[in-house]
Amino acid sequence: MTALLTDSTVAQPTVVAPPPLRRSRGPLHYVKRAPVALVVVLLLVIEIYPLFWMFMNSLKSSQEFISSPSWWLPAEWHWENYAVAWEAGNLATTVRNSMLATVPSLLLIVLLGVAAGFALEVMVWKGRNAVLLTVLAGIMVPGQMILLPLFTIYYNIHLTGTLWPLIITYVGHGLPLTIFMMATYFRAIPREIFEASTIDGASIIRSFFSIGFPMVRNAVVTVALVQFFLIWNDLLFAITFANRKELNTVQAGLLSFSGEYGQLDYGPLFAAICITMGGILALYLFLNQRIMQGLAAGAVKG
Amino acid sequence: MKSVLGDRRAIAILLGPALLVYTLVMLVPVVWSFGYTFVKGNPLEGFRFSGIDNFARLFVDPDIRDALFFTIKYAVVMTAGQVIIGYGLALLYIFVLRRSSVLIRTLVFFPVVVPTVAIALLFQKLFQSAPRDGVVNELLVNVGLGSVDWLGQADTAFLVIVVMDIWRSVGFYAVLLFAGLIDIPEDIIESARIDGARHWSLFRHIIVPLSLPILFSSIIFSINGTIKVFDSVLALTGGQPGNSTTPLTLYMYRTAFAFSDYGYGSTIALLLTIMCLLVTIVIFRSARRDITN
Repeated sequence: MTALLTDSTVAQPTVVAPPPLRRSRGPLHYVKRAPVALVVVLLLVIEIYPLFWMFMNSLKSSQEFISSPSWWLPAEWHWENYAVAWEAGNLATTVRNSMLATVPSLLLIVLLGVAAGFALEVMVWKGRNAVLLTVLAGIMVPGQMILLPLFTIYYNIHLTGTLWPLIITYVGHGLPLTIFMMATYFRAIPREIFEASTIDGASIIRSFFSIGFPMVRNAVVTVALVQFFLIWNDLLFAITFANRKELNTVQAGLLSFSGEYGQLDYGPLFAAICITMGGILALYLFLNQRIMQGLAAGAVKG
Repeated sequence: MKSVLGDRRAIAILLGPALLVYTLVMLVPVVWSFGYTFVKGNPLEGFRFSGIDNFARLFVDPDIRDALFFTIKYAVVMTAGQVIIGYGLALLYIFVLRRSSVLIRTLVFFPVVVPTVAIALLFQKLFQSAPRDGVVNELLVNVGLGSVDWLGQADTAFLVIVVMDIWRSVGFYAVLLFAGLIDIPEDIIESARIDGARHWSLFRHIIVPLSLPILFSSIIFSINGTIKVFDSVLALTGGQPGNSTTPLTLYMYRTAFAFSDYGYGSTIALLLTIMCLLVTIVIFRSARRDITN
């Protein structure tokens, strides 16, 4: 925000002069811009063409894959590929599983992470730096390092066969980054605000819920978005802890669908990929600016 | 007023649950996994103590050498690619496209949020050679070059993995570096221009030095992510042909679950964890030295 403001205030005085200058440049100006235009067009083709190609191929019959080049448009639009993909790819189940794993994980991560960030940043106590460092170290630990013990634990307490192992793992694995991000956001809020609210008779727990939490509402959305994509797109934990067909998440299901179905008939496979991307695209169309800012913020802080 | 923010009961209530989950899901398993490195076996067949056999095996196992080499090669190539191309795009956004860059930025970023499995399957088909050519081979054939068995040879398979992962992630690094570049005050650039700095010298002496901190952050983030590469390789090549595209993460997974060797699997995981820690420490050190100079 501040960058934009300074930007426009600095640019304003010069704005008066350039227009005639630019006009006088005329055709030369466009020649100079040509390489830029070329780069932009190339960029657009590289980004969009694979997606367009995939969508077109999702509408072809199996005959067409043999008889004509893949870059041809479909002769007839076979929308039934989507129905086949939905049925054979078990998509109703995998989407449900992904949601059942993601939503509770997100709620728990946000609730626990924001509370812990508050306790570690706003509250004053001995040893909080040591605890904060211990939690931060967790950001660097790869999933492989906790995979086998967790698998053993879940097996021994008979949680395999449910989605609980996924939810528990996602929450624990997602907490370090969440706590770190929340602690940074709380650092910007003066402690006096919370002290003042407790003078009015509210306990500190109460002022956390009625003042602290609402004040970082925007940060909570950012954190939740970052975690949503990490969890929704996870493959390692999903294929380890939920490897039965009825527990497959979207990613695991898509992988096994391509294994058993993708060699025979490409149309439905392309359709399944399109469906998977379509859901994310819908979300992205509404929230793209937030998502971009959020993920970048998560990276800089991590 | 200290007593209010030092309320021990409140701290316990707020921090307790998160700390409990973190301890059970992260701390205990990390220590437990370290314990596994001294045994051989798996939970179903039982374990037996094997001393430092697993560590000794790290030094003689040819597969681990290949996996380590692949991981490092991938991390180096990817980090260079992500940061350099990302930086190029960020410069394009901010100095050439300016205000109109929003659309391109949004578009190039989109693959970042798309599930890796979906993208990997798409690239499998784009670079397919049998039973029918994918679009890349069709293009090659049409311009007179032969079709290539992209995923059937180690070198070209590596190339496809890199191309795919750059396509998938570069929008992210572009936005990250864009956010850093936009923080460079306009008046600094303006006064450098007045002093006669143009194009290359402006870039070399003003813009690069001022964006060093964000470049370092990007490099750390990139290495830390690429060293753990798993999804894209598993879904695109499955480590094939042979073991030629198997990173440490996938080799660990295979060792633990296909060969049921938890001990050696955990040893590989430990190696991976130490690599992540070392990389971060080394880069932080060198970054700090640069800034103090």
